Amino acid sequence: MQGNDAEVLLRTLFLRGLDGDAAAYHQFLQKLSAHLRAFLGKRLFGWPDEVEDLVQECLLAMHNQRHTYQPDQPLTAWVQAIARYKMIDLLRSKSVREALHDPLEDDLAVFAESDTDASDAKRDLAGLLETLPDRQRLPIVHVKLQGLSVAETAAVTGMSESAVKVGIHRGLKTLAARIRSNAP
Amino acid sequence: MKTDDLVALLAADTVPAPRRAASRRIAIALLVGLPLAALIMHVEYGVRRDLVQAMFWPMFWVKLLVPGAIAVAGFVALQRLARPGVRLRLGWLGLLLPVLLLWALAVVSYVLAPESQRPGMVWGQTWRTCAMNIGIISVPIFAAAMVALKSLAPTQPALAGACAGALAGAAAAAVYALHCPELAAPFLAIWYVIGMALPAIAGALLGPRLLRW
Repeated sequence: MQGNDAEVLLRTLFLRGLDGDAAAYHQFLQKLSAHLRAFLGKRLFGWPDEVEDLVQECLLAMHNQRHTYQPDQPLTAWVQAIARYKMIDLLRSKSVREALHDPLEDDLAVFAESDTDASDAKRDLAGLLETLPDRQRLPIVHVKLQGLSVAETAAVTGMSESAVKVGIHRGLKTLAARIRSNAP
Repeated sequence: MKTDDLVALLAADTVPAPRRAASRRIAIALLVGLPLAALIMHVEYGVRRDLVQAMFWPMFWVKLLVPGAIAVAGFVALQRLARPGVRLRLGWLGLLLPVLLLWALAVVSYVLAPESQRPGMVWGQTWRTCAMNIGIISVPIFAAAMVALKSLAPTQPALAGACAGALAGAAAAAVYALHCPELAAPFLAIWYVIGMALPAIAGALLGPRLLRW
């Protein structure tokens, strides 16, 4: 069963990621985003423009709340509960909650399919990034967008290495909060 | 921003995720809230003077252990509600069972008591203030529990808020029992239960507003 294989693989990568394996975590997020795209795309077929934004919002939420996953639980259930929560949030803001007739009880659904063909996101995440305070924005801009290492970023910005790491970490939480407060 | 860029950005966040964060943060909330609750009880109401003597009365322990059991069940249920995709299953039974036992005890003792004593068992001397006092004592525990929940991921915010309220109310009732002079089961079955329900209702109403993530 495809969903089950994906559960085993994704869970392995995720748990290695939680143990500090950045490469495994990166791979996990890539696979996860493809699954989320297929899962949400199917359910938001009326709003294809919203899918990529919601994929990004789910990824950010799952990353920021990854401390709420415990290995005694199937990863599918955790991922699906978050995707469902974010989707209902979106549909509620569109006040079309009644359109959600799919009860979403099928536990294997979220990993059953995957779609690597990303369309463009509508939301301007890079623009939101600009609104973060410097101690969060600078580490993110240097480490991610300019591809520097943590040590190089520390040297360029004059921050300590741990301040760079914490800046990225907190910046991602602030980013999620900004998305929430910018929601229609 | 492309999703692949976001993925790379998220993977660049290497701050380790804490383990068992739900149980730990809710426990910390209790460690912060309980002493404050005890302080409010001590300053506003005072510990009952005959506390040592009261420890030999079974009803004193009922008054302490029934809310205590609800608080333990509330803790277990809340750390489940704080994690996405974890079902409550029969977790709510643990919250309800002690209340049902208390109600059964209340009915039995009420029926067995001579008619002249019955009104006293229901109203006691403090029915006007009991529920509200428990509600006031629960505030620091409730606030701390909501802060903890806010850092977790409750997908059913009304239910999670209600559970945080029930946990706070039950812990507050156990604290209040150290002051409270009442010893009749019917009194506890009514006024303590209302006192514990107050923060639970507040939590159900506040949860959807405060616990969005």
